[in-house]
Amino acid sequence: MALLSVRGLELHFVTPAGRVRAVNGISYTVEAGELVAIVGESGSGKTVQAQAVLGLVAQPPGEIVGGAVEFDGVELLSLPEERMRTLRGRRISMVFQEPMTSLNPVLSIGRQLTEAMRLHLQLTRAVADERAVSLLGMVGIADPERRLRQYPHHLSGGMRQRVMIAIAIACDPLLIVADEPTTALDVTIQAQILALMQDLTRRLGVALVIITHDLGVVARYADRVNVMYAGRIVEHGAARDVYRRPAHPYTIGLLNSVPRLDRPRGVRIEPIPGSPPDPAHLQPGCAFAPRCPYVVDRCRREEPPTVTFDDRHVATCWQTAALRPESG
Amino acid sequence: MTAGLPPAIAAPLVELRDLRVHFPIRKGLIIERSVAIVKAVDGVTLSIRRGKTMGLVGESGCGKTTIGRTILKLQVPTSGAIRFDGADIATLDAAGMKRFRRRVQAVFQDPFSSLNPRMNVGQIIAEPLIVHDVMSEPAERRDRVSELLALCGLPAAFAGRYPHEMSGGQRQRVGIARALALNPDFVICDEAVSALDVSIQAQIIRLLEDLRDELNLTYLFIGHDLSVVRHLCDDVAVMYLGRIAEVGPSDELFANPGHPYTRALLEAVPTPDPDLERSRPHQVLGGEVPSPIDPPAGCVFHPRCSLAVAGCGTRVPPLLPYGSDHAVACTETGAGASSLPEKGA
Repeated sequence: MALLSVRGLELHFVTPAGRVRAVNGISYTVEAGELVAIVGESGSGKTVQAQAVLGLVAQPPGEIVGGAVEFDGVELLSLPEERMRTLRGRRISMVFQEPMTSLNPVLSIGRQLTEAMRLHLQLTRAVADERAVSLLGMVGIADPERRLRQYPHHLSGGMRQRVMIAIAIACDPLLIVADEPTTALDVTIQAQILALMQDLTRRLGVALVIITHDLGVVARYADRVNVMYAGRIVEHGAARDVYRRPAHPYTIGLLNSVPRLDRPRGVRIEPIPGSPPDPAHLQPGCAFAPRCPYVVDRCRREEPPTVTFDDRHVATCWQTAALRPESG
Repeated sequence: MTAGLPPAIAAPLVELRDLRVHFPIRKGLIIERSVAIVKAVDGVTLSIRRGKTMGLVGESGCGKTTIGRTILKLQVPTSGAIRFDGADIATLDAAGMKRFRRRVQAVFQDPFSSLNPRMNVGQIIAEPLIVHDVMSEPAERRDRVSELLALCGLPAAFAGRYPHEMSGGQRQRVGIARALALNPDFVICDEAVSALDVSIQAQIIRLLEDLRDELNLTYLFIGHDLSVVRHLCDDVAVMYLGRIAEVGPSDELFANPGHPYTRALLEAVPTPDPDLERSRPHQVLGGEVPSPIDPPAGCVFHPRCSLAVAGCGTRVPPLLPYGSDHAVACTETGAGASSLPEKGA
């Protein structure tokens, strides 16, 4: 059984301007200890679906219209807030994009690191402090005793993200959800942080969901990938299969959009025309149809089917069987 | 020609000579005194060829944006010279200055903060035409605005829109249209595509390429994404902590990086190919960029460098030729290295 299983999750926001359909029936699973990526552009719903899964969407204005989320055998959507909060600190933890805004500027690093351990693991101050020192060591922060007494503004962006990771692993979680964990960082620091997260989660057997817009990060680190567009997962599969044999026109378009260091210079990039739809005004049929080079009449009228290939590679598209290249 | 510079073809359009931009850090309310100096740019020599695109790449704080601002005369250099089309821009007279302002334009990262929210697109694009008094007739200006919008892939009706009514990609197209209003020769693109989503970023990259070819523009493309910089630029300079670590033609520099920092950057960038990523080495560069207030002595990169030897902490490595048109500031891999340069990374 999967550690996390999201089935048919639908999330709307009720706004004065109308109903915004942010997440439109997505399903995915995360197995214990694996690294799953959710990739998409701004507004695709990749972040807000995770917030819904973790019970972090305020209702109203949010409204979970349908679906089920099961984590470690527990149904989350109907869980009382108090139990959800225990689960969130203890079994599921989070790492966000901007460590400066997700750390409290007026509390010391030590206080923020030990808070969850004292609350969830009922550790005494002395034991929690001791564990905090070893956690900072694990995330590669030198001179941990001194760092514990410092405040977030004393640390660089990379250091702050290391502290966030230390907080995330403090209570031995089963799952870490990392939302664009390295987007604000420089490329060499990004590589350090991602390598650290991959190494730690492998060693501790923690499952990791990385939410990102970066196709390179997905390729380097993820076991499996879900591609999101307009609140739907349009393609899913093992990272290797999705990159080698993309089956959805949006995935194909994304892969053709990025300049690549591993291709000869001078290869033209082929942008996807147009821009993503406004989730407040989704048209019937496939949301990608207006930008799709393979569009047929049917795409504008009917919801595309979900086609599964033999290797658990899934795409939601009318044309997908014709698009997917033969294996080889 | 200064030793170590790749020979520029014909006369370069823009030349930086030993450019230094230092910022004093002041303390004290009444009696201000300088307590330290940030050497944002510390001795940069660079030639930008006519009709070509020069890329400036490096991490936060390497000085790449300061160089762009100094060329735009938004920042006064501490020492050194900038020549544009043969003339030193520090000594331009009023008329020369006005000409310079017309010929040099910029596109910035965040089109939302670089467009006036109270002006509509037509006014934004027409403003440079009014300021420089090149089109006095409103009808003429309207035509020019439509023409510029079309050039940047937007319908003429966009002239009536306001920045908040547009997507990020559309705003960046407006920013580019404004930059092109006065027919510049040289455009500085400072992280011009960095804030955009992948599919929109690709559209703007294509637009910048098409405009360059159509209007014979010279670009200085400042960025941190190596894949994008390599794609767009004919020449690339890699900067680290205010200095150029390596400079050369894109093809040559990326195929045969000479500086340990360039090699580390290339290893750090993940490519969208899981098979390749699983097979290639990922030696993670340790440490962080040191503070530019107190940069390391000798080679500024030596505390993080895997090839560093004792001498690296005392001698500043000069930028020396490394193959044709290519120069590297490293005593260990560059010219004069004790061992033969190591090919590839």
